[in-house]
Amino acid sequence: MALTRNEAAPLFSPDTANTLRLIAYLALAIALMVIDHRNGWLVQVRYFASAAVEPMYRLAALPSRLARSAGDAMSDRTRLNQRNAELERELLLAQARLNRLQSVRDQNERLQQLLEAQRSLDLGVQLARIIDVDTDPFRHRVTIDAGARQGVAVGEAVLDAHGVMGQIVEVLPNTATVMLITDPAHALPVKSERTGLRAIARGNGALDSLELPNVPISADIKPGDMLVTSGLGGHFPAGFPVGTVRNIRNDASGMFAVATVTPSAALDRSGEVLILHNLPDPVGPPRPAPAEGPPATAAQP
Amino acid sequence: MNRMRANDWLFWGSIAACYLLQLMPLPQAMLPLKPWWLALVLMYWTLEAPDYVNLGRAFVLGLVGDVFSGDLLGEQALRLCVFCFILLRFRARLRFFPMWQQALAVLALLLNDRVVLLAIRAADGQLVPAASYWLAPFIGMLAWPWVFLLLDDARARLRVRDA
Repeated sequence: MALTRNEAAPLFSPDTANTLRLIAYLALAIALMVIDHRNGWLVQVRYFASAAVEPMYRLAALPSRLARSAGDAMSDRTRLNQRNAELERELLLAQARLNRLQSVRDQNERLQQLLEAQRSLDLGVQLARIIDVDTDPFRHRVTIDAGARQGVAVGEAVLDAHGVMGQIVEVLPNTATVMLITDPAHALPVKSERTGLRAIARGNGALDSLELPNVPISADIKPGDMLVTSGLGGHFPAGFPVGTVRNIRNDASGMFAVATVTPSAALDRSGEVLILHNLPDPVGPPRPAPAEGPPATAAQP
Repeated sequence: MNRMRANDWLFWGSIAACYLLQLMPLPQAMLPLKPWWLALVLMYWTLEAPDYVNLGRAFVLGLVGDVFSGDLLGEQALRLCVFCFILLRFRARLRFFPMWQQALAVLALLLNDRVVLLAIRAADGQLVPAASYWLAPFIGMLAWPWVFLLLDDARARLRVRDA
C-alpha cells in the first residue's frame, strides 16, 4: 500500500484506516463467530489446518520439555534414590491392595455370571501424554498427543492416576483437546460415596475447585466426603473418583447449600493421562426379562 | 531490494515468534499475566513500517491465531481489527510520543481489547472472568518498550548490513 509521505498528509490517514472497511471486517468476523458457535463446521477447517497446527504445538512445547529433561539429567543421585524408594513403597501398597481387589473381582465376576449381567466392567484405555501448550488461560483445556488416527473420539472420558480429568471436546489427526472438569462450561454427574447422594459437579473457573450447586440443605453431606462419578447421563462410567468435599455453605438465596469440592485428579499439568474408550451402555429402560425364569445355574439344590 | 527481503523476513519471523510465544507454557500462577504478543508486535510494525499492516492482514493474522488457539474462529480476528484500526487512525500522533506515553497508549488499547473480548465472551454465554483477567494489559504495557527496542534494533542492524 502506498503511503502519503508529502507534507500535507492529514493527521488522520483516511485511506489506511477506512471506517467502512473496518465495519466490513467486523461483520465478517462476527458472522464467522456465529457460524462457528452455532454449528461448529469450522472445526473441519481446524482439522484440515492441523498439518500446520500440530507441529506448532510440538514446537511450542519443546522448551519446557527440554527444561524438564535437563532437570532430570541434573537432579542429584540422592534425590533420585529417595524418589525411587518412595515409589517402591507405593508400589508395595498398591500391590497389596490389588491382591485384595483380585479376590473381590473374582467374587464379583461369579455373582455377575449368576445374574447374567450384560455389562462388563473392563474398559478399553489408552495412554496419552499432555502436550505443554496453553491456548487460553481462562478456558481450562489441555492438549494431548493422541488424536483421530490413534482412535480418540469426541466425548470420551479422560482420567489420570487419581481421578477424572475431563473429556475430549475436539479431535485433530494426531492431537486432541480435553476440556477439564474445572472449565466453567463443564458439569458432570457425581454421587457421594458415603451416602449415595447424587449431585452435579460444575467447574467454576478455578483450577483447584469444583462446585456442587443446589444441594438440599437437609442433605447428608459434610467436608471430607468422597465424590465419585455416578454414571448417569452416560458420558462418564460410574465409580471413578472426582474429588472430596472441602466445605459447604448456603447459597445466595438461602434455599440450597453449595459445596466446594477439591478435585482428585492432578489437573495442573500431570504428565500422562488415560483415555477411556468404550462408553457405558446408554441409560434407558432395562431389557425385558427372558420368559423362562431364573437361569439354571442360580438354582439351589 | 535486498533490504526489502531482509525486512520481510524480520516481519514474518516476528509474527511466527508471536504465535509460538502465545502457545508457550508458563507456570500456572503466571498464566493470566501473559501479554498479547501479536498485538504488541503488530503495533511496532504499524508505527514504524506501516506498509506491512492493513486491516485485511490484521484480520487474516487474527484468524490464524484463532486456528492455533482453538477458540471461537474470528475472535482474535475481530479484536485485532479493532486494535489495528485505532492504531492506524492515530498512527501519526503515536509515532512521536515519547516511550512512556506510547506505553500508556498500549495500556489503553489493550484494556479496550479486554472490553471487546469480554463482550464477545458474554455474547458466547460465558461467565465473567476473574479479576486477574485485567492484569495482562499492564504486563503488555511493561513489555512494550522492550518489544519496541528489540525490533527496532534488529531492523537497524539489517539496514546497516545491507547498506
